[in-house]
Amino acid sequence: MSRASDLVEATLARVPSGVDADARASVGNLALTRFANGFIHQNVAEDSETLSLRVAVDGRVALATTTNTSTAGLDALVDSAVAAARLSPVDPDWPGPAPAAAVPGIEHFDPSTADASPRERAERVRSFVEAGAGLLAAGYCETNGGEIVFANTAGQRAEGRSSQAILDGIHQTPTSAGSGHAAGVSLGSLDAGAVGSLAARRARESADPFDTKPGEYEVVLAPECVATIAVFMAFYGFNAKMHLEGRSFAEIGETQFDERFSIWDDVTDDRAMGVPFDAEGTPKRRVEFVRDGTTVGLAHDRRTAKKAGAESTGHYGPGSESYGPFPTNVFVGGGDRSAEDLIAEVERGLYVATFNYCRVLDPKSLSVTGLTRNGTFMIENGRITGAVTNLRFTQSFVEALAPGRVLGVGTDGRFADSEFGAGFIHAPSMRLAGWNFTGGASG
Amino acid sequence: MFEYARTAVEGALAAGATYADARVVLAKEERIDVQNDTVQALDRTEQAGVGVRALYGSSWGFFATPELTERHARRAGERAAEIAKASALVPGPPLEFADVPVVDATYETPFEEDPFAVGVSDKVDLLLEVNRIVGAVDGIAIAQSSMTFWDTDKWFVSSQGHRIHQHLVESGGGFDATAVGEREIQRRSYPQSFGQFETGGYEVVRRWDFPGNAQRIAEEAAALLTADEMEERETALILESSQLALQIHESVGHAIELDRILGWEAAFAGTSHLELAGLGTHRYGSDLMNITADATLPGALGTFGYDDEGTAAQRVDIVRDGIWVGVLSGRDTAAIAGLPPGGMVRADGYNRLPMVRMTNVGLLPGDSSLEEIIADTKDGVYMATNRSWSIDDKRLNFQFGCEIGWEVKDGKLGRMLKNPTYTGITPRFWATLDRLAGEDEWVFWGTPNCGKGQPMQVAHTGHPASPARFSQVRVGVRA
Repeated sequence: MSRASDLVEATLARVPSGVDADARASVGNLALTRFANGFIHQNVAEDSETLSLRVAVDGRVALATTTNTSTAGLDALVDSAVAAARLSPVDPDWPGPAPAAAVPGIEHFDPSTADASPRERAERVRSFVEAGAGLLAAGYCETNGGEIVFANTAGQRAEGRSSQAILDGIHQTPTSAGSGHAAGVSLGSLDAGAVGSLAARRARESADPFDTKPGEYEVVLAPECVATIAVFMAFYGFNAKMHLEGRSFAEIGETQFDERFSIWDDVTDDRAMGVPFDAEGTPKRRVEFVRDGTTVGLAHDRRTAKKAGAESTGHYGPGSESYGPFPTNVFVGGGDRSAEDLIAEVERGLYVATFNYCRVLDPKSLSVTGLTRNGTFMIENGRITGAVTNLRFTQSFVEALAPGRVLGVGTDGRFADSEFGAGFIHAPSMRLAGWNFTGGASG
Repeated sequence: MFEYARTAVEGALAAGATYADARVVLAKEERIDVQNDTVQALDRTEQAGVGVRALYGSSWGFFATPELTERHARRAGERAAEIAKASALVPGPPLEFADVPVVDATYETPFEEDPFAVGVSDKVDLLLEVNRIVGAVDGIAIAQSSMTFWDTDKWFVSSQGHRIHQHLVESGGGFDATAVGEREIQRRSYPQSFGQFETGGYEVVRRWDFPGNAQRIAEEAAALLTADEMEERETALILESSQLALQIHESVGHAIELDRILGWEAAFAGTSHLELAGLGTHRYGSDLMNITADATLPGALGTFGYDDEGTAAQRVDIVRDGIWVGVLSGRDTAAIAGLPPGGMVRADGYNRLPMVRMTNVGLLPGDSSLEEIIADTKDGVYMATNRSWSIDDKRLNFQFGCEIGWEVKDGKLGRMLKNPTYTGITPRFWATLDRLAGEDEWVFWGTPNCGKGQPMQVAHTGHPASPARFSQVRVGVRA
């Protein structure tokens, strides 16, 4: 048995009889090499062991988590969880532990990435930096990997390994910045030189930007922007808890979006990252949220599924009791245009490389304010004619994707960085009929 | 626990590091989250481990392990040194490290009532009582309340001879009322968005009197559903102190972080509109603007004894009479800038690298009062409690939304206004600060969720503020 399996079994063995329990162990490592001003300035790594135990004593629920995996640590973990549960009121929504069920036999894991050395990350950083000669580089290269094992008192057992490699950075001129990003299961799959070259090209092309008037513009959004739209839709809309509480924009069965827009969650996709079960032990499966513009589904955990009379889709995570189930293998459907084609079809508009610091003003309409960053360009007569300074927008993401508003979707889908981080949104470029910019760099 | 930290430092030095420091951290957290009549989360977390930082040439390495044994601690030190050597593949300029006194010291947060000794039942009962009051108000769909407590022990050792033990206790919580209309959601929170947190014990929760404020907050949330929208215009803006605290956090606190000014956060959090050449002469705001970073304020959330480099907590002037005069710094950033180290480098747990973080960055009080400020305003708006916040990567262009607003006409509060927002450019906004309430209304607001760094770290920061007026601000921006 693996170290994670040992920890889980040893924990469950300590749980008093008659108590429902979920035990989850995560054993692995995380390493991140950070660079700025063209050199590595922060370089960190950690080995980690985290053990979580959720118990229900006669319907009274508590969760305890520890990094202390010694014998005394396991004793304390069980004592703490059980004692807290006994003092808690009965939880009428406790769905009980997940029943035994087969987990998809897939593994998104590359051992050489999980074991990547600091030198291998530093070499990627060097390639990124050297791709922008004369520019100022900043960013990071991360590798992580490990095993997660779940077991509960209802007989469910699940285990899986995963790894992840991310390279993200910018090159800067005195007046501009351009970004590049790549992520995947394997560090070997990342072409650091190409990512650095894209960032350098964007930085040079966006140098000496001019102010443009705020207002509504047709836009071509790069995958980073579409990923941020998708992550907000996933968290605030396709989250069954938000939906049950009347806080979501999602209306099942309604054609709320353009027919060119589809979004789903699928850990079984070969390109996905992570393990194929959630922190309740429920096997993950493909869940469609929007199919050809029509809203068709939501992400559930066992708690929301019980309330809604549905089945869990395997989207419970730490904190889901408070924030709701959250998809982590999101795909936005691709189209039939290259990014260049999308730009060529715009008479007058803006191309935006990334969004920054987006915050929700109203979850029901998913009205969001944020800024553009790392490359905003004017498009005139199908060509990029210059760079513009960063703009603030205030825009309903739902309205931006409404029927008739998606004018084209790219073939360039990839894992893109998002407001909530990297590695879980796969998105293409997208051309939208309008985007409401409410302020420029000067206010 | 000092022995594990010392062993980690010895491991790093033996592997070639020229400087090393290590922290052993034992951290407990308890979080209770109640929605309506259901306990949604009763979570207890314990973290323990050692993190060690090693310097090799001009390059840093950091390694952390949860295994608290002599063997693992030594190996952690060795691996930190190995990582530092790999950093040297893409090296920076020679690195200096500003001198600080080497101390053997202890520090403990003063508190009256150990929050971990208060029974879970008592805490849950209080939250359920609050939710019952909130939920009984017509129009309220969701009543949510929570408490979180932290108890952290840190043992710090450096190769220069530091030996510091600290015991920090932090407590707080809050509640909110959500009214769900046909096409909108309105929310009111108390004491502020995400709750109020301070260094101290359970007395913090008792002092803020959640039940005594529940009815008013719930009624305001319900009333917002039928309130008028704020119209877009330029006018005088009066900010309640918790919203001003966040304004300080975002448009001053992050902008004065020396690592941002030096470009170290360029790719993620961003840089700053400030340039070091302007230190001492750059006008940040009006003459009323006096900002300090004070890690010694009793009870404030950003208060401690020593930072995670072993530098003593201190008070630093940041803006004096509207002129920018200070930064947030650590030993390496301060040396680069030629400034004294500010003791502002902290880490989120044993497994994270210490970095420049805010302490208690606050606006010193004036000599007016909210009542006087409103009475002295012919035409304007008053906004309270943050709902959304967004600011660009140089900390210049911001837009904030608040939970509630009121029009101010001829010296009196008028109609309630929903979805209030305001936007501006940092130095232009602060230049319009023209009235400031006094010490009686000066609150040490705590922010428990300040994100920065990669891997992400969450810091606890404090922001003293009293209500203030800004003479001309663009308000009412929406899609």
